[in-house]
Amino acid sequence: MTAYLVILVIILFGVAVWQINKVFKLLQSAQPEDSEVASDKDNNTQGYMMLGFVFFIYWILAYCFWKWGNVLLPVAASEHGLEIDQLMLVTMVLIFVVGILTQWLLHYFAFVYRGSKDKKALFYAENHRLEFIWTIIPVIVLAVLIIYGLFTWTDIMSFDDDDDPMVVELYAYQFDWRARYAGVDNTLGEANVRLIEGVNQLGVDVSDPNAQDDKVVTELHLPIGKKVLFKMRSQDVLHSAYMPHFRAQMNCVPGMITQFAYTPNITTKDMRLDEDVIAKVTHINEIRTAKNIELIAKGEEVLEMYDFEFLLLCNKICGSNHFNMQMNIVVETEEEFNAWIAEQATIAETLKK
Amino acid sequence: MSEHANGHDDHGHHHKETFVTKYIFSQDHKMISKQYLITGLFMGIIGIAMSLLFRLQLAWPDHQFTIYEIFLGKWAENGVMDPNVYLALVTIHGTIMVFFVLTAGLSGTFSNLLIPLQIGARDMASGFLNMVSYWLFFLSSVIMLLSLFVEAGPASAGWTIYPPLSALPQAIPGSGMGMTLWLVAMGIFVASSLLGSLNYIVTVINLRTKGMSMTRLPLTIWAFFVTAIIGVVSFPVLLSAVLMLIMDRSFGTSFFLSDIYIAGEVLHNQGGSPVLFEHLFWFLGHPEVYIVILPAMGLVSEIMATNARKPIFGYRAMIASILAIAFLSTIVWGHHMFITGMNPFLGSVFTFTTLLIAIPSAVKAFNWITTLWKGNLKMNPAMLFSIGFVSTFISGGLTGIVLGDSALDINVHDTMFVVAHFHLVMGISALYGLFAGVYHWFPKMFEGKMLNKKLGYIHFWITAIGAYGVFFPMHFIGMAGLPRRYYTNSNFPYFDDLLDINVVITVFALITAVGQLVFLYNFIHSMFFGKVGSKNPWNSTTLEWTAEVKHIHGNWDGPIPEVHRWPYDYSKMNKDNSDYVIAGQDFVPQHIPLQDNEEELSH
Repeated sequence: MTAYLVILVIILFGVAVWQINKVFKLLQSAQPEDSEVASDKDNNTQGYMMLGFVFFIYWILAYCFWKWGNVLLPVAASEHGLEIDQLMLVTMVLIFVVGILTQWLLHYFAFVYRGSKDKKALFYAENHRLEFIWTIIPVIVLAVLIIYGLFTWTDIMSFDDDDDPMVVELYAYQFDWRARYAGVDNTLGEANVRLIEGVNQLGVDVSDPNAQDDKVVTELHLPIGKKVLFKMRSQDVLHSAYMPHFRAQMNCVPGMITQFAYTPNITTKDMRLDEDVIAKVTHINEIRTAKNIELIAKGEEVLEMYDFEFLLLCNKICGSNHFNMQMNIVVETEEEFNAWIAEQATIAETLKK
Repeated sequence: MSEHANGHDDHGHHHKETFVTKYIFSQDHKMISKQYLITGLFMGIIGIAMSLLFRLQLAWPDHQFTIYEIFLGKWAENGVMDPNVYLALVTIHGTIMVFFVLTAGLSGTFSNLLIPLQIGARDMASGFLNMVSYWLFFLSSVIMLLSLFVEAGPASAGWTIYPPLSALPQAIPGSGMGMTLWLVAMGIFVASSLLGSLNYIVTVINLRTKGMSMTRLPLTIWAFFVTAIIGVVSFPVLLSAVLMLIMDRSFGTSFFLSDIYIAGEVLHNQGGSPVLFEHLFWFLGHPEVYIVILPAMGLVSEIMATNARKPIFGYRAMIASILAIAFLSTIVWGHHMFITGMNPFLGSVFTFTTLLIAIPSAVKAFNWITTLWKGNLKMNPAMLFSIGFVSTFISGGLTGIVLGDSALDINVHDTMFVVAHFHLVMGISALYGLFAGVYHWFPKMFEGKMLNKKLGYIHFWITAIGAYGVFFPMHFIGMAGLPRRYYTNSNFPYFDDLLDINVVITVFALITAVGQLVFLYNFIHSMFFGKVGSKNPWNSTTLEWTAEVKHIHGNWDGPIPEVHRWPYDYSKMNKDNSDYVIAGQDFVPQHIPLQDNEEELSH
């Protein structure tokens, strides 16, 4: 498919260059003075090219959607994520309407008013009413968008303790993640990088009573329907905890604790049954199978088949392995979660070993 | 000091010029402008070449390219690019393109060329400072390029050089000597930019010719003037950030560092905040994108009016929107920081101010489109690039509504969506402005020689198709959740399906880059062998076309022309509507007095 596209592009370029060249050949008898200034013939050709170009813009847009619409993120897996997607949809519709219209006007005018010796331009310097109209319309539309956006933002970013969220620390370092659960007391023990020693990789203050039942894990598990308050820390440089499926992101900043909260609303298992996710996974596995055929031919190790997992990615440039700093997130039912968390060792237990 | 303003009113004498004073340490604005342009283009070639290298890596991560070994040497043994070098390429590409090409190359070239010529001045207010400004820029470019050759590699913490990554050589090799040189180069760059900007401001305010009131200035001059003001307001803040970062790196201070454990040891730093750096950086960084785009807007407005044979629609609204954009640009920097741990309330404020910028931007876009309406469009290459500018400015600007909205920014922040957005709205658009300017004013730079239009058309269409081919698909990989600055997206399975798109993007990028060679050839060839056109080849109204075609110090052989009208009297009809104001000529240059058969408008 890609090869097809590449060929198409090359052909399009070829046609464009050939067409232009043909016109130039016809033009060679132009007057010597100002021969580098566009002639009526140039105006005509370029006008048509402009008209063609606006269709090229529409075509590439449509092509992208048709060909790659399936790579986009699947349905949001968190409650606030649905709000964000709704806002995104509204914004996108607006963008597309405005974009398609203005591109059309721009290129169509460039085509239809292409110059010639017999034409006269209209001396039209201003029209306050028109200008007022296209000032006030963006004002109103943007006012609506701003208000809508700010309500959503405030909704996402403000959380109070009444929600009784589960507290989880996300700890970033070059180039991996750790998660620390607050345990039974739902309070994280104090921590500082100055206390890092041996197995106490996160620098937790072991004398802090709150720290005793904290649990440090390498895979993030979340119960469905329960609000989670993430407290982010970084050990070395800036990182960013990006959980695209949950429409969640917050930077991890050395020297301060940042936070973000959301409620997961789809389990990993259910997500794997989502139509878009199935399509995406199938597609990825097709690609991997194709690669495996090559790898087998070379006698190299084959790639494993892929199944969907939620991901926590690092999304702030952090060094050489930035591209591979990720952790799986598993969303499950409360019972499954409780069973899993019970198996994990507390800090007190880990240190005793 | 004001020697150039006064001393040259008698024009019998000229300085004896040696090669050195004419071509190297020239104080003539026209020569300095060309120096800026050629230095900028040279840096541009390097910046674009770097982007091709990392585009190859993104499209074919498993493939071994000998070309890596040729250019990157020990950082790409056996044709496999080192991830640190990938980051270095991305970093230096960004730095070079934003600062060295689109700031110095665009604003430096055209402010220098056009401010004296279009306002009717013999030269800049201070030719000497102007020269110093260029040579500081040159020095800064040299240091930046030298940093590519240090042992541990050049700066590689992203063009935004956020500490602690940029402060700690333990975190990434590029944060050693490479980053030191980056910081020194940028410090000098700020000095260069300030000297240039102050000169532009003083010149526009003081040296306008008789009759050239502020409301008779071409929009180019308004754009350069306001750009210079934003530069003076915001560049010093970058200098402060750079100085503090140098101190953190070399003198053990803790402005931006706190609680860091790296390479097995705890650093002593305590109490600093990387977020402070982000505020300082973006206090420049955001106005910077307007420093890049405003001059392009000015050039495009001027070129569009000339080639449409129509006045620019809504001249005063255009000025007002330049001023509004400039003002707003200094209070929106926080939209780069919605998710940095900044207080969410600040996020709300910055969302509000950011989306407000869309209003003057929309006014400008509508005014450009209306300028085309019922015009008599001369499709010169400069005009094509101007139309292309409006197109990419709209496409790129609209996605800004997504990014400027804090709630939506959460999920697209730092993804490839952002990369697509800013490349269209400020990268490609500003480059189009630069190209439009070069095609249009080439005769003014090179004594009447003109660029070849056929090559210009080929250049435009390859670039226009290529630019959308690169950046439309890029929005999709961003919306798929792919973070930017990833060395490869196939290290874990989730983004495997994006590789196809990366291949398409890279193919378009390669084609577009080859298209730029057409321009390069045209530029160099026409510089020496270009056809000489008439004195005013585009039938333009502005003063630069009344100046001597041959470059002389002082621009006009005789007295400086006096200005009697605004710069946009294109296709103006006489009172009885029977013919143009000047019969048979569809434009009235600014130095022509009001005609008897002409209605006086408010300009």
